[in-house]
Amino acid sequence: MSVEAHEVVVMPQPERSESIPQAARRTLSSPWASAVVVGITILWTVPTLGLLITSLRPAADAQNSGWWTFFANPAVTLSNYAEVITGGATIPGGITPYFWNSFAIALPAAIFPLVIACMAAYALAWVPFKWSTGVFFGIFALQVVPLQMALLPLLQMFNKGWSIGPIPIFPDLNKPGSEQSLLAGTYLPLWIAHTMFALPLAIFLIHNFIAQLPRELMEAARVDGASHFLIFRKIVLPLAIPAIASFAIFQFLWVWNDLLVALTFAGGTPDVAPITAYLANIKGTYGAQLHLITAGAFVAIIVPLIVFFSLQRFFVKGLLAGSVKG
Amino acid sequence: MTALKRRRGAALIASGAAAMMLLAACGGDSSSETTAEETAAETAAETAAETAAEGDGAVAAGCEAYAAYAGSEGTSVSIFTSILPPEQQKFEEAWAEFESCTGIDIVYEGSDQFEAQLPTRIAGGNAPDIAFIPQPGLLAKLVEGGGPVPAPESVVANVDSYWNPAWKSYGTVGDTFYAAPLGSNMKSFVWYSPKKFAEWGFEVPTTWEDMFAISDAMVDAGVKPWCGGIESGGATGWAATDWLEQIMLRMYGGETYDKWVSNELKFNSPEVTAAMDTLASWMKNPDYVNGGFGNVQTIATTAFQDAGGPILAGECGMLQQASFYGNFWVNFNPDATVAPDGDAYAFYLPAMNDDVAQPVVGGGEFVAAFANRPEVAAVQTFLASPEFATAKVKLGTWVSANSGVPLDAYVPGSIDQLSAQYLTDLSGTFRFDASDLMPAAVGAGAEWTEMTAWFAEDKSTKDVLDAIQAAWPAS
Repeated sequence: MSVEAHEVVVMPQPERSESIPQAARRTLSSPWASAVVVGITILWTVPTLGLLITSLRPAADAQNSGWWTFFANPAVTLSNYAEVITGGATIPGGITPYFWNSFAIALPAAIFPLVIACMAAYALAWVPFKWSTGVFFGIFALQVVPLQMALLPLLQMFNKGWSIGPIPIFPDLNKPGSEQSLLAGTYLPLWIAHTMFALPLAIFLIHNFIAQLPRELMEAARVDGASHFLIFRKIVLPLAIPAIASFAIFQFLWVWNDLLVALTFAGGTPDVAPITAYLANIKGTYGAQLHLITAGAFVAIIVPLIVFFSLQRFFVKGLLAGSVKG
Repeated sequence: MTALKRRRGAALIASGAAAMMLLAACGGDSSSETTAEETAAETAAETAAETAAEGDGAVAAGCEAYAAYAGSEGTSVSIFTSILPPEQQKFEEAWAEFESCTGIDIVYEGSDQFEAQLPTRIAGGNAPDIAFIPQPGLLAKLVEGGGPVPAPESVVANVDSYWNPAWKSYGTVGDTFYAAPLGSNMKSFVWYSPKKFAEWGFEVPTTWEDMFAISDAMVDAGVKPWCGGIESGGATGWAATDWLEQIMLRMYGGETYDKWVSNELKFNSPEVTAAMDTLASWMKNPDYVNGGFGNVQTIATTAFQDAGGPILAGECGMLQQASFYGNFWVNFNPDATVAPDGDAYAFYLPAMNDDVAQPVVGGGEFVAAFANRPEVAAVQTFLASPEFATAKVKLGTWVSANSGVPLDAYVPGSIDQLSAQYLTDLSGTFRFDASDLMPAAVGAGAEWTEMTAWFAEDKSTKDVLDAIQAAWPAS
């Protein structure tokens, strides 16, 4: 996802008689292209369809035969959904606590980096200071650090503190008389971790958008005596809505679907674990409850679908914005 | 969390009830003595508060058995394991009374990424208090990294008195004992159909010779006596390593088996070659296999789950497979019964000679602790006690090798009971599944692929053993 985003954003703007959007529109609206697109769409939807059908089949059917045999032997039940939602023998609490956990993790983990990134992007784009380009490229370069590499050092920092020589950078937060960190069993490490991992891309995306706003606007505002904060709030933020919204969707979906970071920093107990941890555990030790995964997956999918469909206008606009002007 | 809340609730109700009773008792004789009544009420409230603070177990009836674990009220112990729901609920049910009596809250966390997460959490300073470790090899690796703490005396005492000594050695790294065994499973079983055996007029064999006399009799009767399948996706071949382990332990006994595991006895030594020859005359014997599937090669292509199917149809006589196979029979026939007189049951794979007393190959998980706190030791000790094991066994589909568990705690005639009968024999020769103890490059690598080639391509025994030995990591 992120790779595609970069490619679109950093695309150069060649001088041509026909603009890129026009050319693209012409190419994409040929009947052949349409047929290919429809074909790919169907192909990519088939697994999801299989998932949906499996989620509606009785447990014995789902475990003994493929979903395509459903058409020869249609038997529909909602019991998988009932067990996932209300809780059954496997996870008695049901999916609900994990569902709310996912919200409690994903909303702040989308808002925090967004707020920081907007301000950072504005400062890097419109507040002239020494090395501002260097700082920007430094942040941009941080994207090459794989998230997985940072997991262990971060976990150590949260649990044991971190210091360079005698200078403490991050305090040791252990509860007195216990080996447990104060942060253990809370959402806080997750919020911090997701914010950190999101910032490079967020700053990069929003900076590129904000930097292309017309200089005259800023200058006019400066002449009228507006402070940086006022410009940021009254001019930049409203204009940057597409970029902000697209990044918000992107980050929210990423955090919602994350399992690795959640398991590492929060663990799998029902008071903090997100919906993905529930999905990983619902199958049972020996995979005896595999039929519940599909129903659980569809419950988990609802929120990303709502978010995506309600904001998709911004998503496309935001990713393209700053790259091409049609 | 819910358990904690429930207990708090129970404490409140208990203290409330105590206050009411005291009030009623005092108020009974003279309602005019308001001051006395107030004092009594205050005392009652205080008592109730104290009771609640100490944990409601201190005075509650039925908690006498937990007196030894007292003194850690209001604490909590986290357990991390690869065992997921619904097995989780059975664990929680088995220690619910312990929790309410001792006031120790046990927080259970299962993950299917257990083996990847545990080392990360230990290195990150976020180790659980207790982890259930499924392989002795993982325990040794963790001890190398400095995670687990040695088991307290009380755990050692429990393990010494209730487990076959071999189990203790698998929880020991170097000279230090770390982890008591928890659940166990039994691999030295032969599955057969009691109904078909009765029809054919066979008795369950009790010696190795008997077993092959029956096999020959089946051949004469036109039935292939053995079936087998070792296909298991990326783990294809593991079932064949189990066969070799059974023979190694039966032919040479525990000490030689241990040397084989540590590669002191090379894989291509004459001893292992002799064991492979015995296996060849059994599972690679074209007269004996592969009942219901075809020739010897089909062993490599048949999924281990499917291997037992022909037994129900009478196309195959016997299948050597572990206790867990009892769950698979319903896949072949939803009405299949697993019972001593049912469609399928198991008998103990007999010993080969009298020098090795009741050889049993099995597996299990171990309870390692990562903290020294008294409540952690209390939970560890409790998990190693016959009381916990008995409670857990009564909830079903679980076997403990703890000899303090009475056999009648199991469902009579169940495979679990039969497994326990052999696993709890303190004088038997128990050994852990060798391929789980060997380095992964061998036990989960070369041994699987080479054994598969041995069946599928008829690769020579010498080449197979040389290749496995060559895969053994240097150092």
